[in-house]
Amino acid sequence: MADTLLYGLMAEFTSTDALVSAAERVHQEGYTRIDALTPIPVHGLAEAMGYDDRRIQKMILAGGLFGCAAGLGLQLHVNLIGWNINIGGVYLSGYPLNVGGRPLVSLPAFIIPTFELTILFAALTAVIGTLALCGFPEPYHPVFNVKRFRERGSTDGMFLCVEAEDPKFDAAKTRDFLKGLGARGVYDVEP
Amino acid sequence: MSSPNPSPPPTIPVLGPGHNYASITDKISDIVLQFRAPIRWFLGFVVGFTLLQGLLLAIYMLLFKGVGVWGINIPVGWGFDIINFVWWIGIGHAGTLISAILLLFRQQWRTSINRAAEAMTLFAVACALLFPIFHTGRPWLAAYWLLPYPNTMGVWPQFRSPLIWDVFAVSTYGTVSALFWFTGLIPDLATMRDRARTRVGQVIYGALALGWRGSARHWQIYETAYLILAGLSTPLVLSVHTVVSFDFAVSLLPGWHATIFPPYFVAGAIYSGFAMVLTLLIPMRSIYGLQDMITLRHLENMAKIMLVTGLIVFYGYMMEAFFAWYSANEFEKYMIYNRTTGPYWYMYWTLIFCNGFVPQLLWFKRIRLNVGILFLISIIVNIGMWLERYVIIVTSLHRDFLPSSWGMYQGSRYDWSFYLGTMGLFLTLFYLFIRVLPMIAMFEMRMLLPGGGNTPKDSH
Amino acid sequence: MRDIDLSAIRARLAKQDGTGQTGPAFWRSLDEVAETPEFAAMLHREFPEGASEFTDPAGRRDFLRLMGASIALAGAAACTRQPTEHIVPYVKAPEDLVPGKPLFFATAMPFAGTAVPVLVESHMGRPTKIEPNPEHPFTHGGTDLFAQASVLELYDPDRSQTVMGKGEIRPWSELSLALTSAGAGQKGAGGGGLRILSGAVTSPTLAAQIQGLLTAMPQAKWIQYEAIGNDNARAGSKLAFGDYLEPVYRLDQADVILSLDADLLDAGAGKLRYARDFATRRQVVPGQTAMNRLYVAESSPSNTGSKSDHRLSLKAREIPALAGAIAAGLGVAGAAGQAPASATAFATEVVKDLQAHRGRALVVAGERQPAAVHALAHAMNAALGSVGTTVVYTQTPQANPGEGFAGLRDLVNEMNAGTVAVLVILGANPVFTAPSDLKFASAMGKVPLSVHLGLHRDETAAHSQWHVPETHYLETWSDARTGDGTVTVCQPLIEPMYECRSAHELVAALSGEIKTPLEIVQGFWKANWDGRSASAGAGGAFGKLTDTTGVDFATFEKFWRRVLHDGFVPGTAFAPKPVALAAGAVAAAPAAAAVSPASSGVVPNSSDTSVGGLEVTFHADPSVYDGRFANNGWLQELPKPFDKVCWDNVAYISPRTAEQLGVGERKPVVYGVEVYLANLTVNGHTLQVPLWIMPGQPDGSIALHLGYGRTHAGRIGNGLGYNANFFRYSSTPWVLQGASLTLLDQIYNVACTQGHFQMENRALIRVGTRTQFEHDPTFAQHMAHVPKPDESMYAPWKYEGHAWGMAIDLNSCNGCNACVVACVAENNIPVVGKLQVMKGREMHWLRIDRYWEGSPDAPSVHFQPVACQQCENAPCEVVCPVGATVHSDEGLNDMVYNRCVGTRYCSHNCPYKVRRFNFLLYADWDTPTLKMQRNPDVTVRSRGVMEKCTYCVQRINTARQQAKIEDRKIKDGEIVTACEAACPTQAIVFGDLNDKNSRVAKAHADPRSYGLLAELNTRPRTTYLAAVRNPNTALTPEPAGPATGGHH
Repeated sequence: MADTLLYGLMAEFTSTDALVSAAERVHQEGYTRIDALTPIPVHGLAEAMGYDDRRIQKMILAGGLFGCAAGLGLQLHVNLIGWNINIGGVYLSGYPLNVGGRPLVSLPAFIIPTFELTILFAALTAVIGTLALCGFPEPYHPVFNVKRFRERGSTDGMFLCVEAEDPKFDAAKTRDFLKGLGARGVYDVEP
Repeated sequence: MSSPNPSPPPTIPVLGPGHNYASITDKISDIVLQFRAPIRWFLGFVVGFTLLQGLLLAIYMLLFKGVGVWGINIPVGWGFDIINFVWWIGIGHAGTLISAILLLFRQQWRTSINRAAEAMTLFAVACALLFPIFHTGRPWLAAYWLLPYPNTMGVWPQFRSPLIWDVFAVSTYGTVSALFWFTGLIPDLATMRDRARTRVGQVIYGALALGWRGSARHWQIYETAYLILAGLSTPLVLSVHTVVSFDFAVSLLPGWHATIFPPYFVAGAIYSGFAMVLTLLIPMRSIYGLQDMITLRHLENMAKIMLVTGLIVFYGYMMEAFFAWYSANEFEKYMIYNRTTGPYWYMYWTLIFCNGFVPQLLWFKRIRLNVGILFLISIIVNIGMWLERYVIIVTSLHRDFLPSSWGMYQGSRYDWSFYLGTMGLFLTLFYLFIRVLPMIAMFEMRMLLPGGGNTPKDSH
Repeated sequence: MRDIDLSAIRARLAKQDGTGQTGPAFWRSLDEVAETPEFAAMLHREFPEGASEFTDPAGRRDFLRLMGASIALAGAAACTRQPTEHIVPYVKAPEDLVPGKPLFFATAMPFAGTAVPVLVESHMGRPTKIEPNPEHPFTHGGTDLFAQASVLELYDPDRSQTVMGKGEIRPWSELSLALTSAGAGQKGAGGGGLRILSGAVTSPTLAAQIQGLLTAMPQAKWIQYEAIGNDNARAGSKLAFGDYLEPVYRLDQADVILSLDADLLDAGAGKLRYARDFATRRQVVPGQTAMNRLYVAESSPSNTGSKSDHRLSLKAREIPALAGAIAAGLGVAGAAGQAPASATAFATEVVKDLQAHRGRALVVAGERQPAAVHALAHAMNAALGSVGTTVVYTQTPQANPGEGFAGLRDLVNEMNAGTVAVLVILGANPVFTAPSDLKFASAMGKVPLSVHLGLHRDETAAHSQWHVPETHYLETWSDARTGDGTVTVCQPLIEPMYECRSAHELVAALSGEIKTPLEIVQGFWKANWDGRSASAGAGGAFGKLTDTTGVDFATFEKFWRRVLHDGFVPGTAFAPKPVALAAGAVAAAPAAAAVSPASSGVVPNSSDTSVGGLEVTFHADPSVYDGRFANNGWLQELPKPFDKVCWDNVAYISPRTAEQLGVGERKPVVYGVEVYLANLTVNGHTLQVPLWIMPGQPDGSIALHLGYGRTHAGRIGNGLGYNANFFRYSSTPWVLQGASLTLLDQIYNVACTQGHFQMENRALIRVGTRTQFEHDPTFAQHMAHVPKPDESMYAPWKYEGHAWGMAIDLNSCNGCNACVVACVAENNIPVVGKLQVMKGREMHWLRIDRYWEGSPDAPSVHFQPVACQQCENAPCEVVCPVGATVHSDEGLNDMVYNRCVGTRYCSHNCPYKVRRFNFLLYADWDTPTLKMQRNPDVTVRSRGVMEKCTYCVQRINTARQQAKIEDRKIKDGEIVTACEAACPTQAIVFGDLNDKNSRVAKAHADPRSYGLLAELNTRPRTTYLAAVRNPNTALTPEPAGPATGGHH
């Protein structure tokens, strides 16, 4: 059937509010493989389509905790006789020294590297996590086959995309349905 | 933290009238995409690039002959190097502060200046990083012996040293600022990709945009992450200059050994940071006719922040003098006596003039709205902040505990060419930045449009 | 490589072994040993570049160009390039030479009419360091700065290296021929035309040689001239006792000492012994405080003055009157004199005090004072019954003494009259050091044959037909006497590095003999060791010599080995001579004492930037003496005790005189210290001098230091400072009247390592009076609040095993600088040059801080040696990012050069500012001879690393290894740091604080002991023992407040 040649259908709306309500309708219709594409973040849009992704927060927390442990652990390891670690031939051994008569574990002094590493790892996780969750870098995506989207998508175009993979998808019906939602236009998305 | 009180119904809008998504996007992206740059851009770039050659010369001489080409000696073993390091790091504070803290405080007016300010932060940090590396006697070793990595004997860095704290603080700050900046750029890179007129441009911007297409699910993750990044950067930006101030506060030298240093350094950093933002953006907005995107409102708010932080810094100066007297410690007492009346008295009093008195003009709205005077004040404050570091470092070192070891200091010609050279590096990078990347966050500007999407105000 | 006749080489080496030299024969290449013509040619061409082309004009221009270049490159110190050296392993390893283990040989450094007995540290045949000879009966150890620096002189790349005749390189054989024939020629004429000029000679052998020559040629003359000699003292003794005698003081016996312009602790033949004895009498312990008391009246600040309990600064011309007054007060028959107004109280009190200590009192006059004052001093000692107790008189260590200036004047007259046919100059440099009125250089032109023997091709060499490179004392055999007459046989540590000859060889050549120094010196002693021969002549006949225990020596071999090993010939000290005051000795005094001319006091001239009627006094330079050390980088860079100036000499004027001139206070600027230039004019002649305002300098008197303004010293010493000889007249060599100063509108930048001289009311140097000490022995510890260990948040580290520490007794230190040079020599500390010092980049690990106290007109001065204090809570360590400076488990503050990246943060956090940084590549990595001097146990630091005092950790480790080998603990006193060893006053003590019986532990327990800046809780391992002065309460009422530096 010809539909298999389609990645999906893309409807353009004129305002964010129209897009949000349209998205809600499509979601209520039972479409699951849908996505909205906007040049600005539109609050409530993802929720309207039933997406609620909170993994990133947890990832960042984990990253921060790891950084904190790594920072403090490193300094304790270096300043105490410490266990000797052998990582793939790299032999990390502690080297306790009497530095200016200060105790081996000078916790007040160790706070700062610990803090900095906490922030560093949290931030790195935040960015890398984001890219990972978004599946970036993504060199190719069918929506860019839509000329209209290429022109307006990152400027002022509000698009709603329904994928052909969606079980409820039917080229003709879906196109009409989208038109019915007050789309400014509906375009085929080449795979 | 010092932020201006959430502004009452703005007399001056943060965005000029008559704009829509397209017009904003065109205006900002055209600055980059237009074929030829305005002649004034070239002038600025040439100035920067020329100064940059001085930096290369200075570095060559330094590596060839040794750090002795500078004016430093015993007792004054730190001179321009650390002065400039602290100065640049300070300047590098405004960017992240604007992007992170003002974001958390939901200050809309940050939107049109944060991109440039963040870029400025990165370049300032880059300039600052040159000094800790090249001020050492053996830079080729310092470059990696300061990193947490054991040498063949198993010796690690010495984690009690404030210099190591610096390495962690500054490198973390640089990294996080860069990530923050790049994250903020992604949607705009997508715009640039779509609007690029040349194949090369499309490919490069396309690669950098990582395939961003404005998917709602991506926006959701993106905004959460961006907000958390801002949350992480906030303590970070406050910690950086705190740690830098530890370089001094942790030592036992009169004039350095002071508990007031952390807050007073952070305030000073923001102070000089905003001064530098003004110094850069005031010419920039006129070169590119951005008056309706970087409006008087922005300038005024920044002036207000300068006023507040300037007052904190001035308070710091007074406290130094007060505690010198109150501590009844003759070393401290002599320190302040020497600062105010010693061989470098003129440095101290010029500093008080630049950082203490001049900013008081900002109490007057007429002055805050006068672009010319504002520009002048921002320059004076930059000079004042440089002098502050000069006074702290040189006048404390040159006369410390044993009068037998007192000495004098003066920057050599290589000190100057290194310093001016970093300014060249900074300008060069900044002028290149505004030529290849959108200097204002387009997607955030769009959000300011009434009806256009949701402005941060009415979210949640 | 070209094949060489190895058998010939072996033969030569074997011959050298036969000569009984100790240590390995040192030779540079097989060619040299084989004496191949190639090598000879190389030697001739080696230095200076193209010297053999000197005669042809084009060549000379090239030569000048090259010299110009090499002087321009002085900083870079690029220098004589030596050829690739062919090395062969030892065929037969020399006896007891263990590679890496230094050997020590006893010898002595002959110096200006005396000698410093030393042990020389030798690494694989290279003398590297001078150590004192503690067994020596006179000095008992201790060295001066010149002895310490002499090892660098040996390796000075600018040393003269070849025999020169009329500016051309000539073989020695040719000269010896010329000398022998000249000698023979003179024999006929009874030596009427032969004149030998030398410095003061104490060597019995050389004296005997020359005497032999003189007996063979009665008309020949031998003149001994020292620019800084003690002519006046001799004349004084002749005046008093009718004979040239040497007073030897027993400071350990003296309770009250009066010094009349005499720097007896830091100048003269006995200074090492005197400084030591004086210090022992300043040791105070609670309860028993038998201190001596020192009164000093002097014409310019001296180290002795710095230790005085009462110091009176007088013009040199006023001191005779003072002496006369005091003598009269003491009832010396015939003595008279009116003490200057400023000195009357001083005079009366001194008289009282001296009389109160009859037999335990001592009066000493300085070389600057006329003979009459010396005579007075002798008379006073006699009147006080001190002769025999605090002073004894012996024959002079200098062989057949004369009066140098007079002798030199006669010589010059003879030369000008053309009666001098042969002039042989042995190691002296009269063209530079002779008084200017003699015009020695032009007189030399009239001498048909002039031969100069010297270490450098100096000014005199430039004016003589022949120049012979002199062997350094570490290169040759000789002998010399110390102040008390004890003889040391000097043995060579190394083969002569160049084509050098010793004075012995030259004199021998004159009398037609070709002998090696060993043959000459050994020959002399063979003849004299058992008192059989009386031929010792002026050498001083020795009786039968026995060893220290009084046992006879079985054979000469035993005698020889013993004296070489011990470093002195027992029983050669002079016996005290009974003296009787000559009639009329003192009667002559007042007349002679009335030197002060009409011009008394300062006469303000018409213009207010000029004053007249000034007095000029001449002084030995504290660093380069009379100029003989001008090319010694260590000494040039040594800050002088009072002005802390190096690489220059300045003219001292008093603050008041400065006011009259309108000279402001010295301005410390970025480059050194800015001082004003002024024109100094004495009867028509004018010289430009940099003015230095010196507290304690008498008003209306200018002190000039000799030894600068050299033109042929070498790349280091040329063109530094001004030449004070310009004003020196043979009639008035020490004091000049009627000078005038005119201030010039010019600024001169001086390299000065201490630009600030006040203590700013900080308790750095802590001084109390004897009464304060008796009242509260711990007075010094109350001058600052020092936190106790338990006041710290952290538990202090425990130091099991050893805990090294040091104590420095400020009561003993007189600022003589010997320790500083010793430190430089031991630790391979580089010389950085004047410009770097002006920038504040001197590298000395050990410095001597100097502070004035009291009014600028009559101040007292304090010295404080400061090196790394090895703090237990070292602030420097905490801030080092790479852990390049950390603590050892024995409490040393170790510096790890290899780990240092040079952030200089440690220096900032060091309150003592004792850390030094290699801002540029300061160490000389090129000059071969300088490499030979380096201490192989100490790293030569490269560019970009921090360095500092390590308590001579290399010596600690050597001792530890030795103790391990012998399976015992390190004994107290086994480890002696370089500074401690060099110190003549034993002010520095090093040892193990955990050993409660060690000297240092006791010193730390001393009530006077305090830590410098300990109030910062650095817990320094070096502590200082507060100085205690013993003022005469009649002259200075007790200070009401606490001791100086006090604050609470």
